[in-house]
Amino acid sequence: MLYDLDRRILRYMQADPTQSVPDLADRLSLTTSRLTRRVEKLKEAGVLRGQRAVIDWQALGYAVEVSLRVTLDKTQSRAFDEFIEAARDIPEVTEIQTFLGRVDVRLSVIAKDMGHYQEVYRSRILTLPHIADIESLMHVARIKSDESLPI
Amino acid sequence: MIDLDEIDRSLLKALAEDATQNAGALGRRFGLSQPATWRRIKRLQDSGAIAGRKLDLDYEKLGFGVTVFLGVKLATKGRVGLEDFERAVSAIPEVQTVEHVLGLYDYRLRVTARDISDFERVLRRRVMTLPGVGNVEANVLLSEERRPGPL
Repeated sequence: MLYDLDRRILRYMQADPTQSVPDLADRLSLTTSRLTRRVEKLKEAGVLRGQRAVIDWQALGYAVEVSLRVTLDKTQSRAFDEFIEAARDIPEVTEIQTFLGRVDVRLSVIAKDMGHYQEVYRSRILTLPHIADIESLMHVARIKSDESLPI
Repeated sequence: MIDLDEIDRSLLKALAEDATQNAGALGRRFGLSQPATWRRIKRLQDSGAIAGRKLDLDYEKLGFGVTVFLGVKLATKGRVGLEDFERAVSAIPEVQTVEHVLGLYDYRLRVTARDISDFERVLRRRVMTLPGVGNVEANVLLSEERRPGPL
């Protein structure tokens, strides 16, 4: 059961995850001990699983990002499992998502430049098992990326 | 662009898992002093390699049971068209990410909703009414895995 106060706490934390507990408590007009207790409860309930640092791959020299939309050969019963298992072994794959719809699996792939991308695509991606079709979307810009929830 | 050594990579990986770890604890793990670890983390932040932090929330426990990725093709283009669309789409609270892409679609949106009928409301009332919107393809997210990437 989530109370209005919990939603407010998460909303404020989400807007700026780096702010300190005393600052956050101040903003919410709570005592720090009350805030700490509520945050602990949210963690215990598994609502708040933690905080992750966001890596900017461009700053690390990975200029190319491609979204690969893959259709699998579903006549093979283990197509999903085997494809995903093999995709996990490719370091340049940063995201693996499965879907209900026209696309079965989507991979986010990063590379230093087009030459590097071509190498990864040919030697690692195209050799993945059970691919029926691949479409590529080349990433141009991130317009909104905070991934915040309308809590 | 920032050059990373093995320790920087390990630090990045550890912070991407749990950004709340302090320099003392991380230093002990990787055999560094607390100030040396702090300097390394600061350098990763200042160079932009760490772009910020994100809360790791359990969507379902917060009542967001459905995530849908939309591929959007614009019907009308030109610079003004893109800017109007980007501004309007970024203002929709249920739209978590907006990416400008090249390929089959112009934009890729991540949309979160309470359930399928809530998603239908967002799609019909908010997305389909956006300026310049043309063809839209929807894929419902079934599973998602973030990988550590080439660290």
